[in-house]
Amino acid sequence: MKAFYSFLAVIVLILVAIIGGSIANLHFFFGIIIPYVAFVLFVGGFIYRIIKWGRSPVPYRIPTTCGQQKSLPWIKQAKIENPTSALGVIVRMASEVLLFRSLFRNTKTELREGENGPQLAYGSAKWLWLGSLAFHWSFLIIVIRHLRFFLEPIPVALQMVDSVDSMLQIGLPQIYITDLLFLAAITFLFLRRVCVPRIKYISLPADYFPLLLIFGIAVSGILMRYFDKVDLISVKELALGIATLHPVLPSDIGAIFYVHLFLICCLFVYFPTSKLMHMGGIFMSPTRNMISNNRMVRHINPWNHAVEVHSYAEYEDEFREKMKKAGIPVEKE
Amino acid sequence: MAKYKLPKPGELSSSINYNPPAKDWMDIPVEFKPATYPAAAKEKDLLTVGFPNAHQWTPEDEDWNLPDGWEDTVIKGIEERLSKYRSFKLFMDVCVRCGACADKCHFYIGTGDPKNMPVVRAELLRSVYKRYFTKAGKVLGRLAGARDLDADVLKEWWYYFFQCTECRRCSVFCPYGIDTAELTIMGRELLNLLGLNINWIAGPVAACYSKGNHLGIEPHALKSNIELMIDDIEDITGIRVNPTFNRKGAEILFVTPSGDYMGEPGIYTCMGYLMLFHELGLDYTWSTYASEGGNFGFFTSNDMAKRLNSKIYAEAKRLGVKWILGGECGHMWRVLNQYMDTWNGPADFLEVPVSPITGTRFENAKSTKMVHITEFTADLIKHNKLKLDPTRNDHLRVTFHDSCNPARGMGLFEEPRYVIKSVCNNFFEMPENTIREKTFCCGSGSGLNATENMEERMRGGFPRANAVKYVHDKHGVNMLANICAVDRAAFPALMDYWVPGVGVTGTHELVANALVMTGEKERTTNLRGEDLPGKEGNE
Amino acid sequence: MDSKLKDLLEKKRSELVSKWIDAIISTYPNDPSGMLKNKKDRFENPIGHTITNVTQNLFQALLDEKSFTDCKQLLDDIIRVRAVQDFAPSKAVSFIFMLKNVVREELGKEIRQNQIYEEIFKFESQLDDLALFAFDIYSGCREQLNQLKTDELKRMTFTLLKKANLMSEIPAQEFEHKELKFNL
Repeated sequence: MKAFYSFLAVIVLILVAIIGGSIANLHFFFGIIIPYVAFVLFVGGFIYRIIKWGRSPVPYRIPTTCGQQKSLPWIKQAKIENPTSALGVIVRMASEVLLFRSLFRNTKTELREGENGPQLAYGSAKWLWLGSLAFHWSFLIIVIRHLRFFLEPIPVALQMVDSVDSMLQIGLPQIYITDLLFLAAITFLFLRRVCVPRIKYISLPADYFPLLLIFGIAVSGILMRYFDKVDLISVKELALGIATLHPVLPSDIGAIFYVHLFLICCLFVYFPTSKLMHMGGIFMSPTRNMISNNRMVRHINPWNHAVEVHSYAEYEDEFREKMKKAGIPVEKE
Repeated sequence: MAKYKLPKPGELSSSINYNPPAKDWMDIPVEFKPATYPAAAKEKDLLTVGFPNAHQWTPEDEDWNLPDGWEDTVIKGIEERLSKYRSFKLFMDVCVRCGACADKCHFYIGTGDPKNMPVVRAELLRSVYKRYFTKAGKVLGRLAGARDLDADVLKEWWYYFFQCTECRRCSVFCPYGIDTAELTIMGRELLNLLGLNINWIAGPVAACYSKGNHLGIEPHALKSNIELMIDDIEDITGIRVNPTFNRKGAEILFVTPSGDYMGEPGIYTCMGYLMLFHELGLDYTWSTYASEGGNFGFFTSNDMAKRLNSKIYAEAKRLGVKWILGGECGHMWRVLNQYMDTWNGPADFLEVPVSPITGTRFENAKSTKMVHITEFTADLIKHNKLKLDPTRNDHLRVTFHDSCNPARGMGLFEEPRYVIKSVCNNFFEMPENTIREKTFCCGSGSGLNATENMEERMRGGFPRANAVKYVHDKHGVNMLANICAVDRAAFPALMDYWVPGVGVTGTHELVANALVMTGEKERTTNLRGEDLPGKEGNE
Repeated sequence: MDSKLKDLLEKKRSELVSKWIDAIISTYPNDPSGMLKNKKDRFENPIGHTITNVTQNLFQALLDEKSFTDCKQLLDDIIRVRAVQDFAPSKAVSFIFMLKNVVREELGKEIRQNQIYEEIFKFESQLDDLALFAFDIYSGCREQLNQLKTDELKRMTFTLLKKANLMSEIPAQEFEHKELKFNL
């Protein structure tokens, strides 16, 4: 049901885009106004959210320590899992952000019951790690590839990404590996939310919607490239115009392009208001991005207010006689 | 006993097609099942520490006697905490419900109750956050996963935030490091605004505040408890150790959880400290004012934790010691490691700890000036400063339980292992995914080791016990070593139930049994008065 | 056991056991997430592991007509879990009867064809006995839970008792776990 609502929402968006794409009078609105608005909302919203998080201080240094602490010189410290240096934190964060280190933990060896007693087996949970990694990385490469529409001349590095990505050399235009991976990964991530009971149980519409929206973007993009081919020259003209703040509206791009573009704009607008902000949030997580040098350097809490305590003097006043009797030294005889 | 619903004929043994419709968690009201929750806090204990809205109530009551306008208090409380804790705000926002944490919680594994999945535990709070603090939640309501705050929600919070041991295991697996402990801490702070604590926490907090330790042992009684141990030590070793109390000018202040003063087997660990320090000739003192290393305030609110914790530095300053040594305790070390310096530091009146025996400078504690006893002892053993006879522990086949807090809030893994392996010849690790940073909680942490919720504890501790059972069956393990007072209090029951035949010991009890003291008589029994291997019937 | 029934049970072993497991897991209405069934790791899913392990071995024990004493450990493993999971006592041991239904549904046709009602009756009363025995174990577990509370209290106040000179009168064994004895 929750997935259905999300599905419905995406369908409505697609219909809106089709209308926009097929009525020429609306092209200016859908091709130029909405992208600008969406971009501004995305950047502005993203920054706003980061600032909003940033405004709350980090009162305590609370890294989750996943390895041996630094203590005695002859005990080997886990410099990344329990970092005491900025470099260690950077590596830890990099492995979190780039390799999804914590998700990877799920893949540890498991001891299972086999025919002849317990057997070591390699984890079933690595699929989540693999799926997310494929999803995020191919998404990133696809975004980078798209820069070729916004740049003239196209930088060599971009061309290289392009040729590596299409090295399978199948089809015309050549199929991108990331397109395939991306579709596979997103399908996996969606199916797991629908099919795995535990994941289904915890999923909200806000979990299905972005997946379906991104799926819509991917499918419309693929349709445009491989099937209902659009005029790339016009697309580039539009993209360059937008990027250089001199927008021009080419005459005939095709409705499918407007669907693609509109869904991307929706994603842009939706992004800062949603859980997708984990993209920014991951960098700010205090359990991961703090140096674990708690006992070496004092961490300052900006609102460390005074609290009422039970002082020694009060304590002694209450127990003085008993303490004296027991031979425990006191301040006031 | 709760209402026992009379089963329909055929219901008990019918097996097929009994699959109740899986309801959304929001539609399942919380049910207070007997023996699964701790008793409510007593009014007088909350008054002792000046907590708001102290009142008499019980969880089974329909009406919890909440103060007028309580919803407002809670919403304002959330707002205040969002502005004070980036962790709270971030963790409310960034969860993608990927499910990586879902099956990592020992309470979930042991109960199968979906609200014990860390992600859902967080959603209990997150749903209210969404409703009052996000546009989507205000507009879309339930569709955005938001819900109104009402008395049922509050009861659900109470039930499930006092069914989380703040062990942080889920946090290890979360791709964003979302720490359920942090959210449980916030949840409990909010509940405390309304006077809704549990007795097992509020009682010790009040006792610790006014008397210096959780058990409420007064100074003279504390001294006599330790004297009782001294007598036992003399019986066993022929040596009379001579500790001092509240002595000014000592080099080291020693602070340990109060569980070590009274309960069994905690007292044997305490005897271990006494013997070790005596053998070293350490210039140290106990304190009756700062006689608590643990901190049940931490399970109440950060402010309460700070109030209790203040005594340690205050006492170190008053006595003029150089540095502080801390005993074996779990959450105590989370607090000492990650909070104390921030709350009550800087401890500039102390010196960087230096072991007077080996000369080792504890650079890792140069700011807090507080050293963990296993760091201290591991250093001694490494420098060959102790004469040890591990064969005295030969009747033991030992495994080590990493306590949650020193594991995931500190990273103390090798020190206790090094110490244990030096004093025991038979040491066996539990399976890899149940130790170190992936260690399973005892099921009784964060103030939940009451007796009235025994069944809940048995379930929550089942994953841990199950791993112990594995090494018990495979290697004949018969002793579960640990470095935590709550472990020592809670594990005996857990072991008796799930893995009979496995005992529980603190690490320094093992040390003291192996320690050959200068001038000691030939030992025939261990600290528990049991015959040593090969010495049976010598008396 | 009559060889015909035994053959049938052996032949259909995996279906029967798997249905039995399903039936037991269905008594956990709070497992909409399917963890008990699907997660295989014995350390991360100890309940599911116990259920699977016990049903398989208990089934074999029934086939081999092992004595109850041989089944004791298996029953204890699973009942110990169910005794702390707020099941009503009847429900906690009901899992044994579930095998009856499973066998009837799975083997109904064969039973009719082969006319082995007699053996089925025997098999079922064997299960009845087993269930009664399971109930003993269940009560033992529940008693132990109460005992644990008392023991814990004694441990917590160990020093107090000792100070009051109460300890010397209580023999040390009192504190050690007492294996629950069944008079069989």
